[in-house]
Amino acid sequence: MNPADFNTTNTPTWCPGCGDFGMWASLKEALIKLGITPDSALVVYGIGCHGHMINFLKIYGFQGLHGRPLPVAAGVRLVNPDLNVFVVSGDGDCYGEGMGHFIAAARANYNLTLIVHNNQVYGLTTGQTAPTTDQGTKTKSTPLGVIDFPVNPIALAINCEANFVARGFAGDIPHLADLIVQANQHPGFSLVDVLQPCVTYDKVHTYPWYRERIYKLEDKSLPALTSRMTGRQGYDPTNFEQAILKAWEWPPKAGIDTATVDQIPIGVLFKQNRPTFESQLPQLDNGPLAGLNLTKTLIDDLIETFK
Amino acid sequence: MDLPQKNFNPPKKLFELNWKIAGEAGFGIKSSGLMFAKTIVRHGYFVFGYDEYPSLIRGGHNTYQLHISEIPAYSQKKHVSLLVCLNRKTFDQHKEELAEGAVILFDDSQFQIEESELKNWNAKELKVPLIKLATEVGGDRIMANTVALGASLAVLGGDFDILSQVITETFKAKGEDVINQNIKVAREGFDFASKFNTLWEGNKLQKKQQLKKIVITGNEAIALAAIASGCKFFAAYPMTPTSNILHYLASVGSKKGMVVKHAEDEIAVINMAVGASFAGARSMVATSGGGFSLMVEGYGLASMVETPVVIVEGMRPGPATGLPTWTGQGDLHFVLNAAQDEFPRVVVAPGDISEAFTLTCQAFNIAEKYQIPVIILVDKLVCESHSSVDEYDTKDLIIERGEILGENQIPQSEKFQRYKITQNGVSPRTIPGVKGGQFVANSDEHDQFGFSTEDAIERKEMFDKRMRKMIPLEKEISKPQMIRQFENAPLTVITFGSLKMVMMQAIEWLENEGIQINYCNLNWLSPFPVNFISDLIARSKKTLIIENNATSQLASLIKKETGKGISDVYLKYDGRPFFPEEIVDKVKSLI
Repeated sequence: MNPADFNTTNTPTWCPGCGDFGMWASLKEALIKLGITPDSALVVYGIGCHGHMINFLKIYGFQGLHGRPLPVAAGVRLVNPDLNVFVVSGDGDCYGEGMGHFIAAARANYNLTLIVHNNQVYGLTTGQTAPTTDQGTKTKSTPLGVIDFPVNPIALAINCEANFVARGFAGDIPHLADLIVQANQHPGFSLVDVLQPCVTYDKVHTYPWYRERIYKLEDKSLPALTSRMTGRQGYDPTNFEQAILKAWEWPPKAGIDTATVDQIPIGVLFKQNRPTFESQLPQLDNGPLAGLNLTKTLIDDLIETFK
Repeated sequence: MDLPQKNFNPPKKLFELNWKIAGEAGFGIKSSGLMFAKTIVRHGYFVFGYDEYPSLIRGGHNTYQLHISEIPAYSQKKHVSLLVCLNRKTFDQHKEELAEGAVILFDDSQFQIEESELKNWNAKELKVPLIKLATEVGGDRIMANTVALGASLAVLGGDFDILSQVITETFKAKGEDVINQNIKVAREGFDFASKFNTLWEGNKLQKKQQLKKIVITGNEAIALAAIASGCKFFAAYPMTPTSNILHYLASVGSKKGMVVKHAEDEIAVINMAVGASFAGARSMVATSGGGFSLMVEGYGLASMVETPVVIVEGMRPGPATGLPTWTGQGDLHFVLNAAQDEFPRVVVAPGDISEAFTLTCQAFNIAEKYQIPVIILVDKLVCESHSSVDEYDTKDLIIERGEILGENQIPQSEKFQRYKITQNGVSPRTIPGVKGGQFVANSDEHDQFGFSTEDAIERKEMFDKRMRKMIPLEKEISKPQMIRQFENAPLTVITFGSLKMVMMQAIEWLENEGIQINYCNLNWLSPFPVNFISDLIARSKKTLIIENNATSQLASLIKKETGKGISDVYLKYDGRPFFPEEIVDKVKSLI
């Protein structure tokens, strides 16, 4: 397989330079590395610019309602644990409208890979505030500046006992592809939150802005700079306390001006091995409940209990 | 409303009465009621058990009433012949329901009822020291209800061994000690009341040829139908009156190959069910009007991506939280019109607890054959009432899934058109993971491959394709049930859903008095049987619609669909079901 095998006949409609292109490319690369074919896995999309990928990625796909891709994916996993399921969502979709499902899915620990296009703005609805927008940002829906404190998806996922939590950058395709592969290979709920410039509605968080600040957690060649929270070296993603501190390097805790933050960690922030939800259902011991064939189920034994 | 004073009883030689037990929530009223119901059915009689309870766990006032009859007992009835008062409030609250010559069973160590208070009904006291009898043999005060069961059975001349067997089965999971203790206290009540068995002047219970009956609620009937139909995924967020579907399926799901998920909210519930069905498993959800309000967008999604799902909507009075534990039929227009824009809508309302089973089985077949969501519209009366029904037989149950293509059936020469434009509107589907079947399901309007499109022609073609499903659907659904039809009947009654049970009882009594009316109950509300109802109204002298809502939603649906107005409506929206006594009076006032 090569990336073009995952292309449809449709031409992407994202703005030129949109981070979605990098994420599309990373996902295709990851699918190839994972040995997936267009008919061997499922991608469930939310609604937003990210969701348009359903038209450009040749693979079994389901685009549902805004905020609801996770329950759809959970439903699939609960009847077919043999199917590899990815969820492609956005910051508004996943951390706004669908926040309850994000928390529930992390707690449940369904075995799926969640990739969130986090561009800190609502693109498809033309530039309103997102749950991850910095405080004070003036947008169409917040002309006086955002008052709400932003969601920290990494810290939240870790606190919900997610099995695998990573952050990628849409401008570094090989690195992001590798994170998606790791996330997918790690059993349980895996989050890859992806920093993604919105070239149309966000003039601050540009590719150069990110490149000046991001550093890779696994990069041992970096000098051990004095970090605000934790050092850049010797990071252990299985250490819960370290992971929580690392998660708050960016976005920063309340009281710290985001403009002063000069480092944003990307890579694997946390992983653990809680058993998946599906693995604890005896109903699934004999394989998928979903299938092409179906016969009626005998209920004579149950009828007896009503006599 | 004034209660009808006449006591509508069948001919004297029949064994027929209404037993009622009431007391504080937490007294085990409903479980006692169910044990009594099973005991009676095992004597060879019919029962209908109806309960009322407030939305709280302790305190408050709970009632359970059991209509017992030698001939089918179709519904609850108002007049009570044997009233078990576990507290004084029971008497005060229900004395107006007493039938002539009723027996009042109570513990006179707890409260008194003056003889003068009984005069109006010629009622008779049966003073049973319930608490003393329970505690004397080592039982707890709370077992007064079990003593009352034994005493009630003795008054009616029943067989204690049958009650003893029912107790044994009921408490099986709790162990020998609990079983023996309950049998012991029931025996105390039975022996004590046997001394007063002349109080009951009616016929005595005879142990007859046992009927092949089960005692079951509508919720349990729907749950059993789902299992039998091969439903593999059920999700819910608890909400009265359908929570017991969740409880029952959760209790048996792991051994019947069904995943049962109590999800984070109703929005997740419907989306999970759509996901599971898209993956290739039959799926069902259950809720009430409030929960369905949250599911509405997902309901439209199921239709847009042409994914089957069965949705149980158990009505209770609203809006908002409303009367959580009471009944009504106020959601008819809501479910018929839920979700934005237009798509094929199927709504079916079982009329009784037998139909709850058969129509649920049919709902699964229709959902899959036409790749659509199907709503089963029930209410608290159907969901939570007990009825003695014929054992469900699944011999004739056929699973119809419509066209689902496997690897070898998918044309490999071209890209799979999941949403192919077809004559009957149904496009053969496959499930994710099947080789060569790759497609996308899309909540955006889409082309035949599932890709988003905003093209005017493609939109119209796809919309029309979906809507075309209604044509074969209209042919497939059964006609409304013409339950009674007479030449020259002075009145035709039309109802939907659970009103059937109450109407059946009222008709039985009316016919005993020589009054014949026509009666039609609607199960399928969409697609609507336009011609059938139009003809029926045209040939009726006078038409009466009876429904449990305030604005006569069925009458306005009929008007919208047939253009025909209805001469009379009889409405009730206080959270209580109709009682057959009320309907008998209403019918008499119109003929």
